[in-house]
Amino acid sequence: MTAATVETVPAIGRVALVGNPNSGKTALFNALTGSRQKVANYAGVTVERKEGRAHTADGRALSILDLPGTYSLRARSPDEAVTRDAVLGRLAGETAPDVLVCVADATNLRLVLRLILELKAVGRPMVLALNMYDIAQRQGLRIDLEGLRRELDCPIVTTVATRKRGIEELIEQVDELARAGAGRNQSTWREPSAAEIRQAHREAQRILKAYVRPPERPDTLTGRIDAVLLHPVAGLMILMALLFLMFQAVFTWAKPAQDLIDGGFQALGGLIAANLPPGLLTSFLTDGVISGVGSVLVFLPQILVLFLFIILLEDFGYMARAAFLMDRIMGGAGLHGRAFIPLLSSFACAIPGIMATRVIDNRRDRLTTILVAPLMTCSARIPVYTLIISAFIPNREVGGFMSLQGLVMFGLYAAGILSALGVSFVTRRFFWRGAVEPFLMELPSYKLPDAENVARNLLLRAKIFIMRAGRIIFPLMIVIWFLSSFPGAPAGATDPAINYSIAGQLGQVLQPLLAPIGFNWQMTVALIPGFAAREVAVAALGTVYAVGSGGGSPATLATTLAHHWSIATGLSFLAWYVFAPQCASTLGVVKRETNSWRWPIIMLVYMTGLAYLASLVVYRLAVAAGLG
Amino acid sequence: MHDMLAAPIGASGLASEVVEGPLARLSQARPGDKGVIIDVRAETHPGDHGVGVEELQRRLLEFGFVEGAEFEVLHEGAIRRDPIAVRLDDMRVALRRRDAEDVWVRLHPRADDSRRRP
Repeated sequence: MTAATVETVPAIGRVALVGNPNSGKTALFNALTGSRQKVANYAGVTVERKEGRAHTADGRALSILDLPGTYSLRARSPDEAVTRDAVLGRLAGETAPDVLVCVADATNLRLVLRLILELKAVGRPMVLALNMYDIAQRQGLRIDLEGLRRELDCPIVTTVATRKRGIEELIEQVDELARAGAGRNQSTWREPSAAEIRQAHREAQRILKAYVRPPERPDTLTGRIDAVLLHPVAGLMILMALLFLMFQAVFTWAKPAQDLIDGGFQALGGLIAANLPPGLLTSFLTDGVISGVGSVLVFLPQILVLFLFIILLEDFGYMARAAFLMDRIMGGAGLHGRAFIPLLSSFACAIPGIMATRVIDNRRDRLTTILVAPLMTCSARIPVYTLIISAFIPNREVGGFMSLQGLVMFGLYAAGILSALGVSFVTRRFFWRGAVEPFLMELPSYKLPDAENVARNLLLRAKIFIMRAGRIIFPLMIVIWFLSSFPGAPAGATDPAINYSIAGQLGQVLQPLLAPIGFNWQMTVALIPGFAAREVAVAALGTVYAVGSGGGSPATLATTLAHHWSIATGLSFLAWYVFAPQCASTLGVVKRETNSWRWPIIMLVYMTGLAYLASLVVYRLAVAAGLG
Repeated sequence: MHDMLAAPIGASGLASEVVEGPLARLSQARPGDKGVIIDVRAETHPGDHGVGVEELQRRLLEFGFVEGAEFEVLHEGAIRRDPIAVRLDDMRVALRRRDAEDVWVRLHPRADDSRRRP
């Protein structure tokens, strides 16, 4: 039977995986389903829905749903609400699961026992998977499986998801329950009160005492690693070193692949341009479709490198530690400790950064992070900064050892960081008063990441990015191409074609608006295709100044700009690029991640406002200083 | 040994039924402090946790901050000694000090305690 026919076998049972975070639930999901996974969103919410197929020994299919990890059915975040609603069969567009598989970290049973007690009230057949059983055995932890099975009245399977141990037995048990269809009772679950949670804890404690003997060789490694990694000074220094490495890797490891993709798409565009007659179709294929697809895919290497780090750190157990170390520092600006990785990622590109905000549970914390992420200086700003700096900032030394150009570059990065902290502070202080959510987080035991799981999760991220971002970014690219190409230049036109297009006309109409900040109409026109991505502005400037996007080298363009613009205008343009939301892809991803046009619009408005203000101040100051 | 802390026993009403040792808020504990959780309340700074105090109480309970649980403060952050990492029975949990104010604990006396307490 081939994989393709397997997919078409109707599932005979629907299984949902529930468990605490860090219980190895995703690893178990991977072990159960292999590569037969599908990722989508739950209707109406931005929570990821992961479903896959497992097969019984006699070839029948079980549909497996991987629900977000939770400590309780009393949901505290959108993710946990999905888990609750899916388990209770209340989720719109979802059939209730036939069998629940509660995934437990065998070495850490206390909290999951309380969750099991809650799940039992739901009244669905359940199997308990005691995962990471090998670690429990190594620690000399003794679990009376038979006693626990009797006490909880549900089958128990011991598993080691990363080694695919116990998987067949788990499928067998689930299959048996699914086929029996028995044991389904009316759900008596309701939100427990504080007193009921206490009662459940006492019950869990009693069960634990009766059936689990504490480990003979408890894990001391985690404590010893934490003594270093959570040390107030050494811990922060290690974190900074890690970040530096990650930042470097995103830039340098991804660069060759990005150049390859970029070059490949350019070559493809060139090939088409050479073999098709010049005209609308060719322009659409080369400037619209191919550069559109290319501009999506060119982010992929950075996203993969970044997510490789994130997944490794997450699986190792370090992510919670990073949040712990950064919580107070970020907290000063009203950001959650977990906002730190997404913001750092945004230095490479805001798109993976915004995608990485999924680690933040609370909606407001997450939205604040999303809103400020594009203020971090992404790598696409670098070509623009380099061009303008080389055109307007003299290459001389300051203080004997620093280059003035380098100093300006540093200043632009610093302006991005400070404005992000400022915007977040203002947002939390004036718009979302009210204290930040409680910070309560388990610090999981350290574990060596499993190569196969890391690879699988990385592939999944890549797939999600291409599917989701592509669906939004690509159409936007086509729109921008359309604006820059229609109507075409009239016969005998002398100016570059873009000047006659909608974008060109729009630029000339908008020019009076941008005149106070020192922008001429050519710059205004270049800003419109520049919405495709920040670095596109460089090529667009080349086009409007008729330097030619192909022929003219950046050095020629810099000379042309230095000739046409005043220094004040150049500085104003730099200030604009620190803040302006000149990136349709970012807005598209924000739409995708927040499931609403509201947030990209707010982002567009506030960032444009900041950009205008910053450019105005810079331009006026520069003019006053005699640089006009 | 027990006079090193002016324990706010009056507020608790539980002082008589617990073992010896100073009573304190978990939010005041320092790394190395060990003890047992005596009472998890819902009263401090209502409206200041982003969620109601009852909700905070339930979250604390769900994470295992429950009466009778043994704990040890393991680490604290660099800025204002916040947040703290706590070993709770057999797991480790991080939380901010202000969210830990309603967790009342009985500290085991420390042999090496020469520190001043608030």
